Formats: sequence, C-alpha cells, structure tokens
Amino acid sequence: MLSQLRAAWRRHDVQIGSIVVIMAAFFSALSPAFLTLSNLGDLLENYSVMAIMAAGLLVVLISGGIDISFEAIAAVSQFFVAIILVKFGGNWFTAFGLAGLFGALLGIVNALLIYYLGAISVIVTISTMTFYFSILMFMTQGRSIYDLPSWFTSDMSWLSIPFPVMVAAVALLVTLVLLSRSPVGRQIYGLGGNPEAAKRMGCNILGLQCLAYGYSGFMAAIGGIVQAHRVEEVVPYALIGRELDVLAAVVLGGASLSGGIGTVSGTVLGILLLAVLQNGLTLLGVSSYAFGVVTGAVILVSVTATAYASKRQQRRGVRDAV
Amino acid sequence: MMGPSEAAEQDRSEAAPAFIELLGISKHFGGVRALTNVDFTIRSGEVHCLAGENGCGKSTLIKILAGVHAPDNGQIVIDGHAHTHLSPAASQRAGIQIIYQDLSLFPNLSVGENIMFRHHVEKSVRPVNERKMMIHARDVMSRLGIELPTAETVGRLPIADRQLVAICRALAAEARLVVMDEPTASLTHHEIDALLETVGVLKSHGIATVFVSHKLEEVMRIAERVTVLRDGQRVGTYPASEIDRHRLSELMTGHKYTAALKPAFAGDANPILEVHGLSRRGQYEGVDLVVRPGEILGITGRLGSGRTELALTLFGMNPPDAGEIRIRGKRVRLRTNREAVRAGIGYVSEDRLSLGLVMPQSIADNIVVSVLNKLTGVLGLIDGGRRSELVDRWIGELHVRTKSAERPVRELSGGNQQRVVLAKWLATAPAILILDSPTVGVDVGAKEGIYQIVDTLAARGIAIILISDEVEEVLHQSHRILVMLGGRITASFDPAKVSEKELREVISA
Repeated sequence: MLSQLRAAWRRHDVQIGSIVVIMAAFFSALSPAFLTLSNLGDLLENYSVMAIMAAGLLVVLISGGIDISFEAIAAVSQFFVAIILVKFGGNWFTAFGLAGLFGALLGIVNALLIYYLGAISVIVTISTMTFYFSILMFMTQGRSIYDLPSWFTSDMSWLSIPFPVMVAAVALLVTLVLLSRSPVGRQIYGLGGNPEAAKRMGCNILGLQCLAYGYSGFMAAIGGIVQAHRVEEVVPYALIGRELDVLAAVVLGGASLSGGIGTVSGTVLGILLLAVLQNGLTLLGVSSYAFGVVTGAVILVSVTATAYASKRQQRRGVRDAV
Repeated sequence: MMGPSEAAEQDRSEAAPAFIELLGISKHFGGVRALTNVDFTIRSGEVHCLAGENGCGKSTLIKILAGVHAPDNGQIVIDGHAHTHLSPAASQRAGIQIIYQDLSLFPNLSVGENIMFRHHVEKSVRPVNERKMMIHARDVMSRLGIELPTAETVGRLPIADRQLVAICRALAAEARLVVMDEPTASLTHHEIDALLETVGVLKSHGIATVFVSHKLEEVMRIAERVTVLRDGQRVGTYPASEIDRHRLSELMTGHKYTAALKPAFAGDANPILEVHGLSRRGQYEGVDLVVRPGEILGITGRLGSGRTELALTLFGMNPPDAGEIRIRGKRVRLRTNREAVRAGIGYVSEDRLSLGLVMPQSIADNIVVSVLNKLTGVLGLIDGGRRSELVDRWIGELHVRTKSAERPVRELSGGNQQRVVLAKWLATAPAILILDSPTVGVDVGAKEGIYQIVDTLAARGIAIILISDEVEEVLHQSHRILVMLGGRITASFDPAKVSEKELREVISA
C-alpha cells in the first residue's frame, strides 16, 4: 500500500494534480467566490482556447520538435475564415472545416521546412511565425473584423456546458486517442524518444512530422475560431504573444522539451494549474503584474523539480549498473 | 598464416545449409575501396564472428546485408536465391536483423512496446491494444528464457537488459539472422555470460548470430567460425577452435606481435607518489600504493572494484574520507581536479570520446585547453606563436596523423584521438599520469601505438598509473601490478613472476 502510494507520487500528473487540489482548497478558503459553479464554469471557458491549442502543441513536443508559430497560424486562419464567412456566409461546419484545413496546411509547411532543410524546429517555426503574422498584418493593415455573422457569435451550450468547453473536450479526447491508441501516435512517441531508431524501424519520418505539425496547426486554427466566437470579433494581433503561456502549460503538464514524453492528462492538469492560479489571484485582488511573477515562479519550480528528479534517477541508474 | 584458398576449402568441408552467401562482394566509396571481392557465408543457426580492425570493411559488409548499401559487384544469395543487392525492406523480410551498437531502442517507451514496435509501423491503422501487445512481448521473452518487466520504461534499465530487449525485438521480427555490432563493449563479465547464454537460445531456435567486434575474447567461447577482414579483403574464415587471441590479432593486423614483458624497473627509487590508508566509504578502503618516476604501475580489477573511484580521488574529483596522499614526500590535499593538475597529476579518462576531448573543436584547441593560462602574453590574451609552438611540438612527438592542427578532433581515428588526449595532458607537464582504460574501443594496431606512447612517457620520467581490466594489458605494460577487489588492494605482483592465468584467478576471486 505504502509502496503503491510512493510509486503513484512519483508520477508527474499525480504531483501536479495534488498541487492543483491544494491550490484550489487554499483559494476557496480565502475567497468564497472561488468555489462557485459560475466561477468554475468561467474558469473552464476562459482556458478552453488554450487547451485546444495545447493539445496540438503537445503532439509536436512529443515528436521531439517545438512549434512557436501556432498562434500566428491561428490568427491567419481566423482571419481567412472570417473573411469568407462575412462574404459568403456559412455554418459551423464550414468554419471549422476551412480553418482546420488552412491551419493544417500552414503546419505542414513547417514540417516540410524542418524535414527538407534539416533545420531545428524552433528556428523554423519562429521564422514562419514572423512570416505568417507579418503577411497578416500587411494584408489587413492591422484592421479588425467586427461584422461577424450572428450565428457565429451567439452563445451556445449543451447541458449547460458552454460551447468552447465542449470543443476543448473533443479536442483533448481526439488527441488522447491519437496518442495512446493509434499506431501513428505511438510512432510519434518513438520518433521523439529516438529519431535514429525510428528511422531504422522504418517509420515514415516525413509523414509523422507532417502529422505532428499539421495537427498543431489544425488545433491552433480550431482554437482561433473558438476564440473569435467568444470575443465576437477578429483582431489580427489578439493571439500573438500567448505562445509561451501555452508552452508553459504543456511543459508544466510533464511534456519534455527533448521529446518522447508527455500526456493529455498531464497537459489538462498543467492548464488547470495555471487557470486556478490566475483565477484565484484575480479573486484575491492581486495585480496582474504580480500574477506574472507568480506564474513564472511556479513554472521555474516545476521545471527545476522535474530536472532534479531525473538527474537523481540517472545517478541511481548508474549505481545500479555498477 | 592460412591462405584464402585453404580457408575456403574448410568452408566446404563442413556440411551445413548456407542461409546467406555473399559472393565476390566489392564496394567503393568515391576513390576508396571499402571491400574487394569478399566472400562471406552464414549458415543457419551458426554463431559467426566477423573480425577486423577499424576501417577493414566490417561495417560496410553489414550495411550491405542490411540493405543500406548496394554492392558494386557480387551476389547476395539467400536460401539459394541470388540478388544483386537488397533493399532495407527486403533485408528485413529475409529475416536479417541488425542490432547496432547504440541498440536503437526507444528509451521513453516500455519494454513491451519496444519489443513490439514493428507492429505500429506495419499495421498502422489497427488501434493499439496495450494488453495484447504486452502478452505478445512476454511470449517473445519466454522464447528466449528472459524475464523483464514489460511495463518498465527502457531508459530505466541497465545496459545489459536493454541489449536483451533489442534481441527480443529482433526475435519478434522473426529474425533468422541477428547481427550484433560490438555487443560486449559496455558489459561486465557477468552480463556477457548472460548475453552469450541468450545467443545459445537463439541458436537452438535455428537463428544465426554474427558478432561484429574487435574485442573477441568472450565471444570466441561461443563462436563456431571466425571471418577476418583486413583492408577490405577477406583474410580467411576459420573454425573458432583454431584461433586464439594472438593469432587473431596477427590475422587482423598482418603483423606478428611478440608479447614481451617489461624489463624490471631500474629507475629512481624515491617515490613520487605515496598513498597510505586511503579510504572512501562504499568505494574503496585502506589503499596503500607507491609509484616512482618513470615507473608504470598497473592497477587491475573488475568493474565496480573501486579502481576508477580511486583514480578519480587521485585526480581530486572524489575526496577521500581517510588516509593521506604524498607527492615527493609532501602531504597534499586534492579537493578539486585543478588542485590535482597543479600538483602535477594528469588523468586520461576511460570515456575518451565524451570526457577527454571536445569533438567538434580543433586538435590544437584540444591540446592547449588545460594550459591556456601558461600561454598568455600581452593583456592576458593567448599568444598565438607560443600556442602553435606547443601544438606542433606534441603533434610531432606523438605522431598525430593529420593534415592540419586546426582540423576538428572528430575527424581523427580512435588511435589518433587517444594521442591528442595524451598530448593535452603532456602539455601540462605532469609528474604523474593516470591512464584509465586507455585502449578501450581502440583496435589492435592502434593499441600497440598507445603502448609505445606510454613507454615513451615513462622513459621521460613520468610516473604512470595504468588502470585496465584487460589482464594481458597490465601484465605486459606494467612494472608492477596491483589487483583491486571489492574496494581493497588484494594482491601485488611482479609481472615476471605471475602468469596470466594466476592473475585472472586473483581478479575474479
């Protein structure tokens, strides 16, 4: 029993989960407004866009790469779809379909550049981020779109679950199935764990990278649509600058920046951790500047703890070997 | 030496079905001939060693088997069907599985998933059934008589177990031939025994094994035949029973080596280094030793006997709990490796590739890295003239073979890299040099070169502590031998008065 508990404690998601629960208890003790249905509902809705994008980014991180361009892809897809909806009309099916397709294509461009140039993903995606976003700003001259169709902007819910939360739940579920039940998903873990071995086992590396980056672009675009639906407008620079928040959430959730490691459950907990922290501090009236300091500290502590644990484990491994 | 024709005759005299025959294989890369008219036959279920020095064409031959390279000439006959070349897929379909030295496993995935990974690639639309995958993996392991936790992450396993996982994965792919590239390089004696046992099981399933190695001592116990390559040509194929270590190195290098002992030490009798009662809990205890200038002191013992820990202590990287170290009679405390360097101690590590050298940097930079503060001129900047003077001197004296001192170390052969490591330490003008397993991963010819360097150093009056688990090496290269066992020095020998066999027994007592 005790050893089982100890083994469970060593799992990253159990650790993060415990911290989320402790923080939630802390905030509900200090602020009666925290543990109310409406606050928790808001909390989930506020972070649903981040969750959708994190699902896509998670797949790229597991494949051993990184994607910095996804918010730019989301912004471009958002704008592209908004123009079509305003000009030709449409429905949710066309909105999601077009955005997903466009986002996936931009993501695949990343994959092709990384594969054929053999360049590091962080450099490639920073470049494409700048490129995509600059084209968007150039084309729009920074102008926003406000006259979105009313079907697009009106609130929807099912069993009182807000629409963005539903989309996030579906996105996470699809990602879960992709990563844990599909052979390609398992190959993506393999690719991230040891690229050379994946090549030798006959994995289609280009295909896997297109899938990972395409998926990230796809999810980013879906997230972009949901974000436009929530704020009822499309502002070209609204999403830019939030890449690192999403990345932080995924890394907090236990995904490794060196690839091969990461889970959907961990990512959900990583987002919840940031969400509870921000929501709680806001309710306590802490300034948003202080919030940045606290978030930064939490990420630093978490990343340090993970690195320390793996270093200790390595040392233990060496001792076992001798 | 046996001629190729004689050897070929032996091939025919033993009747066993050939599984794969490589006939008259030639391959060149650019202007370099990697293989010339090589024949290589693998019979079903046999254990075959492919031996040769680095650059003899072993890896090219394996890559032709794996379908990575297509030969320029020759035939590959599998089960009587002739092919001009194989594709990687065709090679795997024929049942050829290569286990590379790095094992190519997925450290982040479980044992079971690693064994069954091929399914993900081959049946890429069927949903993954974790439970079934683990059952299959256990099946494969039981065929080899292996038990490993299927759910454990491979990255947490010791190297020896990882190797078993790689073999299981080959078996799961319905291998008929498993090629192992340098499989014993990082294993202890005990682990090698376990590996050989597993190879025996493979054999009983009719699966052939080819060992590619230049350290064949252990493997020879189980091998039936040995094929030796030299300079891209087959020297011959011999029954393993006819080959011993000396004969093998002759065949591999084409030179006859005389294994003479060192003459008795006749130098300065005043010790330069004395160690009394040195202990560090859990590592070594009550170690006494003395080394004189120009003397080569061999320390041998198995992995885990405390030899490397002791060496690190003498280099200031592993402070002792008790005991004293004296240099030229003066008591010293070595708390960091910088203090050790200042006290005149040099250390050449076992892992020369990752610890001893900065691979992408130039030969010159590597040589001067530990003496940069002695090369400073105006304003504390490096004096280029003095730098190149120092570099040229050591490249010349140690015969480092390179076009320019500014080439990256990475491009050098193993033996030449080892010389650069030595040059780096010689530049610090050490009084005592600790060599930890200096010839690990170095082939026979280059080994001889390193021994010559060691002798030269000793002749210059440098005291040398040679740490090695190769019994033959300490026996022939030392003036005196200490044996470590379980953290203690259990015996001291004069090489002239002990046989290799006796020494071996004391080491594994």
